[in-house]
Amino acid sequence: MSSSGRIQVARVVLSKDLRIERRSKVLTSQIIPFAVVTLVLFAFALDGDAILQRTAPGLVWIAMLFSSMIIVQRNFAVETSDGALDALRVAGADMSAVFWGKWLALVIQLLVLEVVLLIGAFVMYGIEFRGPGVVLLVTSSISATCGLSAVSTIYAGLASGVRGRESLLPLLVMPVASPVLIGATRAAEAAFGTGGTVVSEGWPWLGVLSVFAVVFSFGGSLAFGPLIDD
Amino acid sequence: MTIDTPPITAATQRRGTSTPATRVIGILTISMTIWLGVFGLVLSPADRDQGDAVRIMYVHVPSVWLAYLAFIVTALASGVHLFGRRHSLQADRVAGASAEIGVVFMAVTLVTGMLWGRITWGVYWQWDARLTTTALLFISYVGYLAVRGLEGTREQRARRSAIVGLFAVLEVPLVHWSVKLWRSLHQEATVLGTDLDVSLDGLMLFSLFVGVVAFTLLFVWLLLHRSRMLTMLDLSAESGLESALAQRRAEGGASA
Amino acid sequence: MEPHVHASGSPAVELRNAVALISDFPALAGLDLTVERGEIVMLTGPNGAGKTTLLRVCAGLTPIARGYGRVMGADVSIERDEVRRRVGMVAHSNGLYDELTVQENLEFWGALIGAGDDELHQAMSIMGLDGRLASVPVRGLSAGQRRRTAFAILVVRRAGLWLLDEPHAGLDSSARDEVDGILRKASAAGATVMLSSHELDRAQQLATREVRLAGGVVVGDER
Repeated sequence: MSSSGRIQVARVVLSKDLRIERRSKVLTSQIIPFAVVTLVLFAFALDGDAILQRTAPGLVWIAMLFSSMIIVQRNFAVETSDGALDALRVAGADMSAVFWGKWLALVIQLLVLEVVLLIGAFVMYGIEFRGPGVVLLVTSSISATCGLSAVSTIYAGLASGVRGRESLLPLLVMPVASPVLIGATRAAEAAFGTGGTVVSEGWPWLGVLSVFAVVFSFGGSLAFGPLIDD
Repeated sequence: MTIDTPPITAATQRRGTSTPATRVIGILTISMTIWLGVFGLVLSPADRDQGDAVRIMYVHVPSVWLAYLAFIVTALASGVHLFGRRHSLQADRVAGASAEIGVVFMAVTLVTGMLWGRITWGVYWQWDARLTTTALLFISYVGYLAVRGLEGTREQRARRSAIVGLFAVLEVPLVHWSVKLWRSLHQEATVLGTDLDVSLDGLMLFSLFVGVVAFTLLFVWLLLHRSRMLTMLDLSAESGLESALAQRRAEGGASA
Repeated sequence: MEPHVHASGSPAVELRNAVALISDFPALAGLDLTVERGEIVMLTGPNGAGKTTLLRVCAGLTPIARGYGRVMGADVSIERDEVRRRVGMVAHSNGLYDELTVQENLEFWGALIGAGDDELHQAMSIMGLDGRLASVPVRGLSAGQRRRTAFAILVVRRAGLWLLDEPHAGLDSSARDEVDGILRKASAAGATVMLSSHELDRAQQLATREVRLAGGVVVGDER
């Protein structure tokens, strides 16, 4: 398949996923409320304004991690409920293009979720957005999301293909995504200045997150086809 | 494409998985382990600060190095399976056996690390770079083994595992990097001195070297035996296939 | 809309001593079958005989562990991707996205393979899906209408070999007649059709050939 053909396939898969999301509103009616409730539950569990403010970036990203599992499983359930993924394979669609389409759809969904969670943390945990930290926050969040999305898409593809093994997904994703959690949280801390950190301490983390995102998204695009194949 | 019939070698023809080669390696392993015991427990000095507790290091450190070696072997064998022309199932079996052994070495690393920390500093766990990385990789490879256990034909399982194995190994430097960077931010950890590294003098270094050699031999011995066992399991499944085919056709005859 | 023609000299399906494994269980146990172009082949046999696996092997979804296979001129072991492009399969599932409308589903497939709007419209009208039905989400369609949507996709893709796993299942009598009519039209347009069914009466009416499977091999073959 030509590269323009591949871009077309990725674009078509992406718009299909986003359209389905718009119709079914799973993200807005189910996932976002779940994530916000998680933030509230953290407040109950940790019981203290100072500690909440101090740990806010970590709590936000843990909520992101758990929510991403739910979202990506849903993204793939859409494919397998009526055998659409099989149909895509039979049509000979380029699987790396399908990967990029689903990856980008997940990135968009996760970015929306992230904005909501940051607003929630601003309101509930009292984090402050400092001017110098905004660039760091935005860039680190985007690269973390790209990396998390790649890992989740790869392993969700694997798990969805095997009957009754969807529960394998968190076990596979969590350890692999740990650099993302560490990096995103530390970068966010530097951006917010929690615990006395300075913005400049956050930039090395952007490096980690970017490398992670590149390695796993390009690796994933190559591995996706063979991974879901029979 | 035909089923990858395991080679009929001296190893697979016998009833067991031992060969002259493994017996030699086994004897070498035992002797090196005895040497390790002698050096580690008796000849090498106790540490200035930690006393005799430092001797756990002679098991802890070689164990973690061998775990990494095992995972490198898994990655290489996975690569051979995926990118080699024959998509050799033997490579897949080696990858699986090596990962199993690696997970065991990782567990030994974690347990000895916890013991060492407990004896020396009174805490079972501290978030130092090595222990944290080991714990994360341990879970990653447990996940890899879970993927190996998924249903499917042997070729499917091999392909899936090889891909997951390569991703797991790609992740190792990333986890290292992020955990190291993380711990370096926490200056308190090194001030408290709960880091488990000690300065090594000549004899201690040599004992460590003996330990690495002993563990490497142990790894090779275990790898040979376990790969052969997996080969024999596949061979028996293969001969099981013949009877399964006959049975399957017969069920057709009975109902036709 | 005619299916694409590939390697027209060769049979649609050629399997020799095919063994296909489902988790080490031999679903196909050394099966031999040749299907010529233009045939309508009905696969019959008890549950578990291997009908679904046979269809999946022909679709390039399930690999064969032993034996030799060529589908629409492409080798099932070496050129599995090419096999997939030349065939179309509709199984118990239809391969549709529930949240999207009929039109949107077809547009998705059309965009994937580069088919134009005219072709989409043509396929939809052949299947009686233009008009009101076009903008109904698949979720709200009857089983028969979903089947027709899946068939429309096969038409858009111009598949030369139609592989259908129990296409009559879940349909009422008139819907089943509709399906038969569609399959006859597809065959007339040049497609080869292979379907599995438990309906022996329909087999006689619709198919040019009945192949009976049991225990993973062919045990009966009548034209």
